[in-house]
Amino acid sequence: MKINLAVEPGSTMKNKTGNWRTFMPIIDHEKCIACGTCARVCPEGCVFANGEKILQGKVFFEKDLDYCKGCGICAEECPVKCIKMEIEMK
Amino acid sequence: MQYKMPFNYLINPGHSACAGCGEILAMRHVLQIAGRNTIIANATGCSEVTTSRFPMSSFKVPWIHANFENAQAVASGISAALRQKGMEDQVNVIAWGGDGATFDIGLGLISGSWERQENILYVCFDNEAYMNTGIQASGATPEGANTTTTPPGKKSTGDDNLKKDMPAIALAHHCVYVATATVGNIIDLQEKVKKALSMKGPKYLQILVTCVPGWYTDSKDTIKVARLAQQTGIYPIIEYVNGELTGAAKCPRPKPPIEEYLKLQGRYKHLFKSDEGKKVVAALQRIAEENVRKYGL
Repeated sequence: MKINLAVEPGSTMKNKTGNWRTFMPIIDHEKCIACGTCARVCPEGCVFANGEKILQGKVFFEKDLDYCKGCGICAEECPVKCIKMEIEMK
Repeated sequence: MQYKMPFNYLINPGHSACAGCGEILAMRHVLQIAGRNTIIANATGCSEVTTSRFPMSSFKVPWIHANFENAQAVASGISAALRQKGMEDQVNVIAWGGDGATFDIGLGLISGSWERQENILYVCFDNEAYMNTGIQASGATPEGANTTTTPPGKKSTGDDNLKKDMPAIALAHHCVYVATATVGNIIDLQEKVKKALSMKGPKYLQILVTCVPGWYTDSKDTIKVARLAQQTGIYPIIEYVNGELTGAAKCPRPKPPIEEYLKLQGRYKHLFKSDEGKKVVAALQRIAEENVRKYGL
């Protein structure tokens, strides 16, 4: 059955909201314990495991900076405080 | 180095919600647990305005925008159509809206649907005022809060009215599942959605979501404020199954004072400047103690 959709599902992806940001999250991979809290608390859902593993088998988390609005929740909630918010120079 | 984002959530980024929005965070987790076999009826509010700017949509599931008052009635229609097709058990029907749509405008139609005992999960994203239209007070606004329709001044300390006890209204309609949650504890929120969708009958879930421009909080405090609302006892996190209290989130001992929760929010700033305001703070503390006693938090 063919359905004519008014809009494509998930099409807000075109709208890159990264330029709303003042502060930019920087992850210190040395301190990261790969708990996944940042992925859970991100309102955009733009934090994800990047699939790279180090010796202890930890998976790093990375942010898609095309969509990150720089709210800083991940930095506040990180249990080991390995995310720093720094002013982004454009 | 630029990584490629997998986009495996059912709400895509790129929507126009504020930085640090609690509502979109709660929506993402509710939808993630509900899964792809879900139909959503969305009442007017921030949840609709931010995600569906024409010609775009953030959702990857069937989604329909209803008016302010009739999200639950639209969901009733969807539920009836599914019943006719014999697909009732395969598809989750969710209606959701903000607190204005739930506590005030949509209450009549929600009440009707609950009376018919329809198999719909209603999710209320409670940010305690009409945030989308510019912070007007609603039935969910707590005592003492500063909104544009209840501004504090020489003879006023913000909103005079108590918050409506919506879970009690839902219980009076014999809902099979009534629960409250906050974005401060996301794992708890996910478990509650899972439990609600496993039951048949009318279900009500109320989620306290932080509103950064409406509560005048810092965007990084979204989770912290919601967590303090639970820990101070002002927002009881409770769960009723078939009308019986089956769970309540305990407060830590010693319990943080209510001031800790109020001071993070600009909407309560005026309460700390006058003697009248201090009385309101004491009244809010009394409400918190009362909740602790009533639900055994």
